[in-house]
Amino acid sequence: MGKDPDSSRESFDRRLRQAQDRHKPDRATQPKAAGGDMSDLGIVLRAGTEMVSALVVGVAIGWGLDRWLGYRPAFLILFTFLGGAAGVLNVWRLVRPQDTPGDKPGP
Amino acid sequence: MAAGSTIDALGQFELHPVLGGLGQSLRFSQSPVMMIVASALVLAFLYVGMRPAAVVPGRLQSAAEICYDFIYNMAVDTIGAEGRAFFPFVFTLFFFILAGNYLGLLPFSFAFTSHVAVTLALALLVFVLSVVVSLKVQGAKFFAHFMPAGAPVALAPLLVPIEILSFLSRPVSLSIRLFANMVAGHVMLEMFAAFTIMLAGLGLVGDVLAVGPVVINIALMALELLVGALQAYVFAILTCIYLREAVAH
Repeated sequence: MGKDPDSSRESFDRRLRQAQDRHKPDRATQPKAAGGDMSDLGIVLRAGTEMVSALVVGVAIGWGLDRWLGYRPAFLILFTFLGGAAGVLNVWRLVRPQDTPGDKPGP
Repeated sequence: MAAGSTIDALGQFELHPVLGGLGQSLRFSQSPVMMIVASALVLAFLYVGMRPAAVVPGRLQSAAEICYDFIYNMAVDTIGAEGRAFFPFVFTLFFFILAGNYLGLLPFSFAFTSHVAVTLALALLVFVLSVVVSLKVQGAKFFAHFMPAGAPVALAPLLVPIEILSFLSRPVSLSIRLFANMVAGHVMLEMFAAFTIMLAGLGLVGDVLAVGPVVINIALMALELLVGALQAYVFAILTCIYLREAVAH
């Protein structure tokens, strides 16, 4: 505390400015970094369910169409493959490089 | 719950009528009770926190303002300027799920987010809202998104069903993710708690060994605190992403 002897007004202002400069870049990057971590972890947790859920929807639709139209198991087979493809598409949308504004994702 | 030497890991998710005869006749179980508690807690937190309305906020007011800022920034950064209109919805969703996840970790409590009926209802709410907003903002152009731009027309019979399935999988993935994470966490907690009881029945050696599962459960509790916040965050950010695609022209 008693380390710096010239605790005049001028030197205080200078040190205050230095301290503010020191903290400014920190403040600018901090929320972004924290958000980045959170969403990275979120992406990891999302990938598996994205894939499975599309398959579940595909199988459910195929099964329902079979029940309705009586073509068992034609639609089940077809929509299982389509659901798998949709799952891969979901994961691709999740992990692809984000700096391509040209191709917009689905609706 | 895990009495004797059997592990009843799923019994904790069963619904029982509460509040005696009235609850019996209304089919009023722990799940809606915890929902009401969660809503009341969030409202009380915001009301009590913001009541001083001080320029220099105290602790509770700071916490309330940080929560507000966090979701506000998420909504506006993700959705854009239109995000302000959806901010109350996202805020409610995030804190309802967060409170539900965390309340479920208390002893003798119940995690209503561990029921797929609840999470699917929330996810369908988000899904229907995003479809309605899409149709309102984009009109018939909304359906053009199901055909990827620049793809050959000959591939349309293959690509359009895939796009539609990918779109329809949204509420499913949204609900299953939250529900599965909560169920998995609570089953693990229950299993290790049951191990403790089983080991403690083995005498002196068991008493010493029984400390192991307790230590694991402490670590699991920390993990569950992370998962609870993360799942609420993922639910909210995905809501924002879907709404951004809905309001984009």
